Amino acid sequence: MVGLEHYLTVSAMLFVIGIFGIFVNRKNIIIILMSIEIILMSVTINLVAFSSFMQDLVGQVFTLFVLTVAAAEASIGLAILVCFFRSRGSILVDDVNVMKG
Amino acid sequence: MGVVEYAFYVFSIVAVTAGSLVILSRNPVHSVLWLILMFLSSAGLFVLLGAEFIAMLLIIVYVGAVAVLFLFVVMMLDIDFTKLRSEFAKYLPIGSAIGIVLLLELSLIFGVWEQSEMAMDSRAVVTPIQSEIQNTAALGQIIYTKYIYLFQVGGLILLVAMIGAIVLTLSQRPGVKRQDVLRQIYRDPAEQLELKDVKSGKGL
Repeated sequence: MVGLEHYLTVSAMLFVIGIFGIFVNRKNIIIILMSIEIILMSVTINLVAFSSFMQDLVGQVFTLFVLTVAAAEASIGLAILVCFFRSRGSILVDDVNVMKG
Repeated sequence: MGVVEYAFYVFSIVAVTAGSLVILSRNPVHSVLWLILMFLSSAGLFVLLGAEFIAMLLIIVYVGAVAVLFLFVVMMLDIDFTKLRSEFAKYLPIGSAIGIVLLLELSLIFGVWEQSEMAMDSRAVVTPIQSEIQNTAALGQIIYTKYIYLFQVGGLILLVAMIGAIVLTLSQRPGVKRQDVLRQIYRDPAEQLELKDVKSGKGL
């Protein structure tokens, strides 16, 4: 029998992988954005698992808004990345401090 | 082990493996493809949980739009990715230390966690019985009535993100000739045209 804890374990593992990805790939901003997507995915699994095991539909409504915000965040982040690459010619995170203000 | 358990273990192992390969693979294009695999197996987990609408939404929106957007940007930007990975080993100890600490903290919660007695009574919308009404129809009935303002705000967030992304990436290149309708309309014939009387046999 697959219980709530099984899903929470998967979610926790994905969350830790996302955090680890942000720390390890500190220079590559594309991988950092993907790690944020992994973290949001783990949160989504958490919400849907609780929604399913407690028989409460609001968890799935909330998941819908998490997905909306994640899509908006990815598109804006990639737009800023393209904009930054056009002006600097690189996507090194260390170079971002030239933008000051 | 029944079919549901078997499917759960396959989907969760694939999701965790693909998630770790996203951050470990050398080529960012491979990272995006592993991300797509992670989204697909998460959608499988959602189907097992009875949330079919969210699962389909995940496949259409994430795999169809967000992951392709990532793939597009990775391929469009001409970047030397080997230089970006040069300090991978330097950050490996602190990254794994933070990861292990976080994993231990999360696993400590499992030991003491228990559900409140009031939790079942304080549910906002109890899921209808699956045989009477499907998941998608049940979600539609509450999104468009009880949560209509939140739904509209969600649409507004997407609109703002779309306008922001267009404004950020729209570039005006100098020297490109474009039609300017207003300039065409405001041209005055009296200033632009000149009538000259040309004698026959002679030029201007």
